[in-house]
Amino acid sequence: MTSTARPHSRLPAPLLALRNIIAFLWRTPTSAFGLIVLSVLILTALFAPWIASHDPYLQDLNNVLQPPGNGHLFGTDELGRDIFSRLVWGARITLRIVFLVTVVVGPIGLLVGTTAGYIGGRFDTVMMRITDIFLSFPSLILSLAFVAALGPSLNNAIIAIGLTAWPPIARLARAETLTFRKADYIAAARLQGASALRIIVKSIMPMCLPSVMIRLTLNMATIILTAAGLGFLGLGAQPPLPEWGAMIATGRRYMIDSWWLVTFPGLAILSVSLAFNLLGDGLRDALDPKQMNRR
Amino acid sequence: MQDPILDVKNLCVRYPGAPADAVRGVSFQLGRERLGIVGESGSGKSTVGRALLRLLPGAVISADTLRFEETDLLALSERDMLKVRGRRMSMILQDPKFSLNPIQQVGHQVAETYLRHFRCTKAEARAKVLEMLAAVKIRDPERVHDLYPHEISGGMGQRVMIAMMLLADPDLVIADEPTSALDVTVRLQVLNILDGLVKDRGIGLIMISHDLNLVRNFCDRVLIMYAGRVVEVLKAGEFGQARHPYTQGLLAAQPRIGGNHAPLAVLDRKPEWKEEPLP
Amino acid sequence: MALSHIRLRQVAGQVATIAITLFGLLLLTFVIGRMMPADPVRAIVGEDASRETYEMVFNQLGLDRPIWEQFLRYLGDVLTGNFGTSIRTGQPVIEDILHVMPATIELATFAILIGAGLGIPLGVTAAVNKDRWPDHLVRVFSLFGHSMPIFWTGMIALLVFYAGLGWVGGSGRMSQFYIGLIDERTGFLLIDSLLAGDRDVFWSAVNHLILPASLLGYSSSAYITRMTRSFMLDQLGQEYMTTARVKGLSRGQTIWRHAFGNIRVQLVTIIALAYGGLLEGAVLIETVFAWPGFGQYLTNNLIIGDMNAVMTCVLIVGCIFILLNLISDLLYRLFDPRTK
Repeated sequence: MTSTARPHSRLPAPLLALRNIIAFLWRTPTSAFGLIVLSVLILTALFAPWIASHDPYLQDLNNVLQPPGNGHLFGTDELGRDIFSRLVWGARITLRIVFLVTVVVGPIGLLVGTTAGYIGGRFDTVMMRITDIFLSFPSLILSLAFVAALGPSLNNAIIAIGLTAWPPIARLARAETLTFRKADYIAAARLQGASALRIIVKSIMPMCLPSVMIRLTLNMATIILTAAGLGFLGLGAQPPLPEWGAMIATGRRYMIDSWWLVTFPGLAILSVSLAFNLLGDGLRDALDPKQMNRR
Repeated sequence: MQDPILDVKNLCVRYPGAPADAVRGVSFQLGRERLGIVGESGSGKSTVGRALLRLLPGAVISADTLRFEETDLLALSERDMLKVRGRRMSMILQDPKFSLNPIQQVGHQVAETYLRHFRCTKAEARAKVLEMLAAVKIRDPERVHDLYPHEISGGMGQRVMIAMMLLADPDLVIADEPTSALDVTVRLQVLNILDGLVKDRGIGLIMISHDLNLVRNFCDRVLIMYAGRVVEVLKAGEFGQARHPYTQGLLAAQPRIGGNHAPLAVLDRKPEWKEEPLP
Repeated sequence: MALSHIRLRQVAGQVATIAITLFGLLLLTFVIGRMMPADPVRAIVGEDASRETYEMVFNQLGLDRPIWEQFLRYLGDVLTGNFGTSIRTGQPVIEDILHVMPATIELATFAILIGAGLGIPLGVTAAVNKDRWPDHLVRVFSLFGHSMPIFWTGMIALLVFYAGLGWVGGSGRMSQFYIGLIDERTGFLLIDSLLAGDRDVFWSAVNHLILPASLLGYSSSAYITRMTRSFMLDQLGQEYMTTARVKGLSRGQTIWRHAFGNIRVQLVTIIALAYGGLLEGAVLIETVFAWPGFGQYLTNNLIIGDMNAVMTCVLIVGCIFILLNLISDLLYRLFDPRTK
């Protein structure tokens, strides 16, 4: 089998690892489903203008609340907009949430966790106490409070989610740092006179990165549900943005007679969060099982 | 040997997914005597013990004969096997730290064996337990009865284990490394208690151990196992006449007080021992 | 006694931890409250108040003082039980919240009973059949519960079971018809209706409770199932399980009497934490089911920007979480013989 592995070894190591992980995930049906759904999501978001059959914002008041069919795959909403097209464009919003939350949460969590773990002592105690205070709220309620303070909008919702989602990442990064801190190569770097900052950024953060990324994948389902929940409560994306949660909120009024208004956006949210959960579950199996089990 | 308790012929055990049998062609008979099974870790000695009680989930057990008194163990349903375990055949496990349930009072754990196999009131079971605890030389049975496993010492724990396994008065007890987790100082004490009870009650004993010296003092006969097979059978007094090189190696690797101070011999292992038939 | 000395130090440490966490909580709610771009003075005096009125209220609220003084004032207010008045109802916020709390507790309690009743047996089944089809089935079932947007599932369930099949009551805690019939004594409708001896109201309440409680329970069962499974897996591999088998116990007896007995304490702590997590689901499900509880109160005030009410709600949720953590810790010490 070594001969077949040889051609791929030309790939850089991180890509090779990624390829191996995807190959592993592909073998279990459940995580393969997760992979497929997420690929569909990404492709849909990328090619939204070509996939969507209509303009997602184009109102057609002569054609409101049409059931699925008749040129509208998933029907039309209360303003005559094509639901399928809105869902397709909504994929971009979902991806934007995923991307921005990762960009906010990853660095904050990493920074807090690695510095607390590396420096230790008082600083560590204080940082972890702060983390615990954030952890002592359910994330949705804390995000609600943040959005209420910042004002309702999609970006504020993302910031609010980011502000509430970092503590578990920080805890994880700290735990990882504590194991690396005693390693010989860190000691070697210190003996060469490298500053603490340099050691943290150059040596410790890269080591924590993989587990942090996995952990973020695992939490992404919760993040998407929180974002949809904020949208549903009118605190996230504002109309006329085709955000799935907000679509459900507006469709609620017409739910009894026009089931398609809430059904399709809900299915979209369900399948994406399920996909992240299945993928995370598969990753948990593929990689260190003990550490990932924790909240 | 008339009327053996246990008759094993050509016992083989294979774990699921394993490339080879963990135990191959093991045969022996056991009367009301004490039999030792000695081997290194991985030699299959514990597997033999657990196979007799059919405690290996998923493993395939086969034998030409696997007869316990008048019962064919391989033919029993799991339901009937439940009546054998604990009542007619039981097993003393290695480390009381792990083999006792940490959240139950030890007295209740001992009583469970009795309540499982006999119809009686709680009070009768309790009396029986106290009697048994006294029999394993626990000084204050009433007090120990209500203690939790983490509150008693290893030696005491192992005596509780013995009490638990002998309470239903079985005909055969398998002791799987009964003293290797204990402090050296209490090993002999525990072994003497076990030995005394087994002798008094006429129970057959299979003592599984890696410690040849220990076993030769407490057993009438010893099976030497290597790589899943029995390589030699020796009577207690005949260790000097051990013929198999592996047994000789084991004997040579034992340290002796007052012996010469040369380095101990290193065990020799030859692949052909795995295949060659019993001498 | 040395032992009681250690105990005392433990308790003191715990009290200190709680005090610090509480302080942090207050600081956090204070900061969030100050971050708000909306002008709290305008919210009170209205858009076209005169400059004088504005300044008077501004000073009254203490907004002219330095920020640390404002915080101390806030701290003092909270510690003396003064959480301010709600702009919407004009009542003290804390009274409002105490009034709506029983509805949520009723809902959450039923939900946790359903969640644990579902999650524990499923988790045990999954662990016992690890990597075989029941395990996979349970995994998909519980991941599903973990993945559904509960506000959406709530609507679909209403559509199917209420509008479609008519099996359950619709929104609210009871039929419109019965509202006001029952004296509010405890605030718990099931108890109040029984106290009043009114069976119709009781069954109406059950009928309305069952759907939201089941959905909340299902979503929380995912967490309970996963934890039960992993706790059980730890136990099933233990040597005392072999001991139990050697005694002649059946597989079921070894699993339930021995392995399950060993995870009970852990489960209680998990369930206490899951109960706190239900508050989160309650915010959304109460909105969908028009359930007059804490969650609805919070969202209503969020939408009109009544920060006094919102921050008090957040504070109370935080306190409930701290309390649940403490309770689970206590239960652990109480019931696990090894901690004595």
